[in-house]
Amino acid sequence: MRNPISKKVMEIEPSGIRKFFDVVSEMKDAISLGVGEPDFDTPWRVREEGIYSLEKGRTFYTSNAGLKELRLEIGNYISRKYDLHYDAMHEIMVTVGGSEAIDLALRAMVEPGDEVLIPQPSYVSYLPCAVMADAKPVIINLRAEDEFKLTKDELIATITPKTKILVLPFPNNPTGAVMSREELEELVPVIIENDLYVISDEIYAELTYSGSHVSIASLPGMHDRTVTINGFSKAFAMTGWRLGYAIAPKIIMEQMIKLHQFAIMCAPTNSQFAAVEALRNCDDEVRKMVEAYDQRRRFLIDSLRNMGLECFEPFGAFYVFPSIKKFGLTSDEFANRLLQEEKLAVVPGTAFGDCGEGFLRISYAYSLNDLKKGLDRLQSFIKKLEAGQN
Amino acid sequence: MREKILNMLEKNGRIDIKDMAVMLGTTQEAVANEMADMEKEHIICGYHTLINWDNTSDEKVTALIEIKVTPQRGVGFDSIAERIYNYEEISSLYLMSGGFDFTAIIEGKTMKSVAQFVSSKLAPLESVQSTSTHFILKKYKDYGIVLDAPDKDERMLVTP
Repeated sequence: MRNPISKKVMEIEPSGIRKFFDVVSEMKDAISLGVGEPDFDTPWRVREEGIYSLEKGRTFYTSNAGLKELRLEIGNYISRKYDLHYDAMHEIMVTVGGSEAIDLALRAMVEPGDEVLIPQPSYVSYLPCAVMADAKPVIINLRAEDEFKLTKDELIATITPKTKILVLPFPNNPTGAVMSREELEELVPVIIENDLYVISDEIYAELTYSGSHVSIASLPGMHDRTVTINGFSKAFAMTGWRLGYAIAPKIIMEQMIKLHQFAIMCAPTNSQFAAVEALRNCDDEVRKMVEAYDQRRRFLIDSLRNMGLECFEPFGAFYVFPSIKKFGLTSDEFANRLLQEEKLAVVPGTAFGDCGEGFLRISYAYSLNDLKKGLDRLQSFIKKLEAGQN
Repeated sequence: MREKILNMLEKNGRIDIKDMAVMLGTTQEAVANEMADMEKEHIICGYHTLINWDNTSDEKVTALIEIKVTPQRGVGFDSIAERIYNYEEISSLYLMSGGFDFTAIIEGKTMKSVAQFVSSKLAPLESVQSTSTHFILKKYKDYGIVLDAPDKDERMLVTP
């Protein structure tokens, strides 16, 4: 028989998180500070709207780009929150999570061999999606000294005549780094001079703790060269509803919708009806969740620093990314031993790129009590390591 | 900062001042001072524990009583309220808009003892016109907490 598998797919490395998950799920009584999703339930009014839409029998397809009502609400939302002004009928599409939008944007935009710049550490799907789109992924290794922000010099250093796309993953999973308006403004002239397009993954935009999130597409000259990706998973605690959206100039969006229409048809109708309620009436719920994350963030950083772990202060998402270099273990070794010896799961930084070596991703999508329980285990592990070193 | 302190305490009266200070990005002293001031100003009136008595072996009944009164000249409702709330049996008392004047919450050992209190103490009060007693059969949610909510985290342990 012939090999049924495509060579291209075969060569894609499975996600490091997946490997680690398999180990964790074998471990009885393990507790975790390793999740990448909110601990809050979806606000009840949103869930209730989902139930209502089922009761009403709204179980049909929507248009490919998504419910008109929802796209209009997204249009209002991004204009009031992020100063983004796009035509809801032609430039906004509802997708199955932000992940689908990443895939579509890359496939719609790259020619074989085009270079796609991917800053790391970052979410696990940019690289495989770029590979599947026949692009050449080019990694930019972000540095702890820069608080894992993308600097102008690093960007300039990686651009070649073949570079077409820059992926901007901020607020960042796993580092929690955010890019301020000034920091983004530094990059814009480079992007424009080199005629790059940007895929800005802003799924954590609402979870920004240092002022408001700034969308690069709102900066002068960027409107027409940016695909902005956002969604409902993080801000509204709606991960399982699988609902995201993409915002792009019409010329790009038309092609993204084409791909979406053949692969997906449309995002889940029930989720779309619920999402309308989320955008219309949940500012208060979101504000409360953001405040709770912010408080836990301070608590977690303080606790980690008290344990002697070096970590910069992250201002976005719900992750802290401390360095464990001083223990002389790799991220994998550290995470595996922590799991075996203290039954605490955290994600090794290397799951998000090679430059995550020496770091851990610790999530604060947990109640204060759960954080404390987890941190006690981390503390006792660190004490053990320190005792061994002396 | 006051509002934030209150929001935290309202959810967890036992939270460490130390933790609060860290979470609010301020000093323990500042939090302690604010709390002391708010106690003095009767903004913070107590640090109670939310108990689901149904899950204990103690018998307890709670009744909600609607009370209609005739307000007295000069003192309005306040002096009648005082006559009512001074009874230890009354755990809460609110002045209401609408079809009656006060809502009283009474906790007692048995329905009989509550009924007796209403008929022998509350109803005979001079300015009380009428009372209507409603016994609470089951408490589902109190002070924002679902009392029998299971402690569950069904998320996968590790996700990207």
